[in-house]
Amino acid sequence: MILLLPVFQPSPGLALWSVIIFVLFWWLLSKFALKPIVNALESRQNEIQNALDTAKLARQEVSNMKSENEKLLAQAQVERSKMLQEANDMKAQIISEAKESAKKEANKIIAGAKVEIENQTKASIAEAKNQVGKMAIEIAEKVIKKQLQGNTEQENFVNDLVKDLNLN
Amino acid sequence: MKRSISIFLFTLFVVLSTSLFASGGEGEHAPFDPAAVATHHISDANTYTILEWFTIPLPIIVYNKERGLEFFMSSKFHPDPSHHEDGHNSYNGYVMRHGSVYRIDQPGFPMEGEVHLDSTAFTSRKEMVEGKEKEVVYALYQGQEYKAVPRSTWDGGVLGGGITPFYDLSPSKNVIAMIIVCTFLLWLFIKAAKGYVKNVGQAPKGIQNLLEPIIIFIRDDVAIPFIGEKKYKKYFPFLISVFFFILGLNLFGQIPFFGGVNATGNISITLVLALLVFFIVNINGNRHYWAHIFWMPGVPIPMKILLALIEGMSLFIKPLTLMLRLAGNITAGHIAIISFIGLIFIFGNSGESLLGGSIGSIISVPLTMFMMALELIVAFIQAFVFTILTASYIGAATEEHHHEGAHH
Repeated sequence: MILLLPVFQPSPGLALWSVIIFVLFWWLLSKFALKPIVNALESRQNEIQNALDTAKLARQEVSNMKSENEKLLAQAQVERSKMLQEANDMKAQIISEAKESAKKEANKIIAGAKVEIENQTKASIAEAKNQVGKMAIEIAEKVIKKQLQGNTEQENFVNDLVKDLNLN
Repeated sequence: MKRSISIFLFTLFVVLSTSLFASGGEGEHAPFDPAAVATHHISDANTYTILEWFTIPLPIIVYNKERGLEFFMSSKFHPDPSHHEDGHNSYNGYVMRHGSVYRIDQPGFPMEGEVHLDSTAFTSRKEMVEGKEKEVVYALYQGQEYKAVPRSTWDGGVLGGGITPFYDLSPSKNVIAMIIVCTFLLWLFIKAAKGYVKNVGQAPKGIQNLLEPIIIFIRDDVAIPFIGEKKYKKYFPFLISVFFFILGLNLFGQIPFFGGVNATGNISITLVLALLVFFIVNINGNRHYWAHIFWMPGVPIPMKILLALIEGMSLFIKPLTLMLRLAGNITAGHIAIISFIGLIFIFGNSGESLLGGSIGSIISVPLTMFMMALELIVAFIQAFVFTILTASYIGAATEEHHHEGAHH
């Protein structure tokens, strides 16, 4: 029953009009509207794609630069620590060298002082010897002078002298 | 707020029902026949009636072997917009019933000039014609019944039509709707195109934003996936035209108080679209396409013959389904809406019962609203389905096969 509706009976007149109108619509639409629209859409799409590609490239470049910078920074850090290490080493070396030389100097001074002391000692001993010689000579001189006055007195005198010597 | 809305709606129902009641009380009314009303509303017409109140005369172009080609305006029939678009007069043997042109096919009727028909101008009854039950229309003139035949149709009598003594070549209501819709769409598209030319390298504006998503959708999700990046451009304008033509007419038919044109639900229009698809697909079909239809590679010979039969049939079934799917869906939607609105008249006993009419309105309004929302979706879906199937048929016909067994 539903198929017997007039809308389901193909009518030549309506079909003819539909062909004319649709084909005209199709032709006008593709000629005057779709061509510019499709072209514009395509070129815009290409532009957007290009822009995106460029942005991607730029981003890549920036990240490349960044990594390079990081590398440089790391290198600089390594260098710095190396330099610091070197400086530290040098400092330690200098200090140890200074210590060493100071020690040597001190030893030298001490050795000098010892020699001096020895010399002084030797000199004072020599003087003492000189002094004792002189005293002996003086005593001998006095003894010789006393011999001329008596024996007992001489003996006392010599004893006194010996007493004096012991005191010295 | 909620309360005031319900009061408003109730008042609206009462007022509408009362007016129906009042108009029903004026004179004798035929009982409401929902099937006849639905059939009338979905059919093409030779006059454009708005709101059963105002009718725009359309040109009538008819061809009859004896009289030749004739041209006149539908106003010659004096169609009555409030009475099923039945014409009060006949002209040169033609009459207008339910908005369509009929020709008197019985001797004795004055076949020249304008003739005033009886106050009840038409009657119809089921009769057996050539072994089939058929509704036969009679025009009444001076108390006498004269058989009136509808325009010739190309269904060979299978669908209740057939070749009759005359052809109707008029730019009918559907033709007017097509012209309005196509003109509007062209205006829209050309305006958008001008925008693209004018605002080169700028963001789209106005109408461009309306059309662009649909155009890009059809390009990226219909044309390119089915036809391929290389070849789609040749068929893209056809796909866009088909989509917007169908969508425009689907939506135009949904506008209330605007004639309720059922153009995409009319088989004559979908036939034309399906035929165009058929020709485009088969003219552009390549060697592989025809080989796959008539001599399927890679199967035994008896299978080749069987497949050739099936594929040969599918060659015609594909456009046939395109034609029927669109017409069936859109016509069904129109019938559903008419039926739900008809509930008011059925419940109201054709305007006799105020209470029944009110109850009918309360039931009918939400149902009709739901149906209209559904039809709005269907308008898009059917346009999309027709377009995507067209693209897939074109794609299958133009596909390149580099190695065997790539598809199936």
